[in-house]
Amino acid sequence: MIGKLDQALGFHEAALRLRSERQQALASNIANADTPNFKARDFDFGQALQHAVGRSAGTPVAPAAGLALTAAGHQAGNGALTTAGAPSMLYRTGVQGGVDGNTVDMDVERNQFTDNALRYEASITLISAQIKSMLTAIQG
Amino acid sequence: MSLFNVFNVAGSAMSAQGHRLNTVASNLANADSATSATGQPYRAKQVIFEAVEGAMPGASSVKVQQVVEDSAPPRTVYNPSHPQADEKGYVTMPNVNVVEEMVNMISATRSYQTNVETMNAAKTLLLKTLTIGQ
Repeated sequence: MIGKLDQALGFHEAALRLRSERQQALASNIANADTPNFKARDFDFGQALQHAVGRSAGTPVAPAAGLALTAAGHQAGNGALTTAGAPSMLYRTGVQGGVDGNTVDMDVERNQFTDNALRYEASITLISAQIKSMLTAIQG
Repeated sequence: MSLFNVFNVAGSAMSAQGHRLNTVASNLANADSATSATGQPYRAKQVIFEAVEGAMPGASSVKVQQVVEDSAPPRTVYNPSHPQADEKGYVTMPNVNVVEEMVNMISATRSYQTNVETMNAAKTLLLKTLTIGQ
């Protein structure tokens, strides 16, 4: 039963978690808009969600690329860390970089921030609707 | 819950921008301070921001790394009656560029406002999250 509940809500749970992580990344970009040499970062939401959903559904996830061992002292990387952790962050390609090496474009960041917030609320609406329909099924 | 961390990130930026606004206020207030406790004219101060990588990847908060003194040469004003004037009648005044400081002030204010909005957005989202299942 609990497994079924988890399956029913798992997708939205993953979506909400990734949305909130993306919100945090965008907030970090906005916060560092005046920091010299700061590079704006973001992640591909669709890819991260596919990755997360694939993992929670129990399908095998492609193992993370292992570290090449080219010397005796090198240690093998722990692939599980990268697959189970947060989405891989990418650097935003700046259109017009600042003279101080900062690549935060405030318009892009705020646009994405608002967009992400709206989609977060949409996810919450969906999850609420799903819970309501489940309650209807229980209570009749 | 990473949305709570938005408060930390935006808060650190607000504190850093507040620090910057403080130095701007100090520079503007002392734009005409010909002498100070050291006997030298006041020197403009500038803050240096630094991104601090948080525990979670992709979330860097802001820290004021250091406050440096502006390296611009001091302004000299011809005023022979001034007690600080040298033998030629010139007074060494602070190297504060008032126009630059005003721009700095506007930029700091805008950044502060943006971070307040970021924080408000995170708050709205968290409150909305609390309504799940209601």
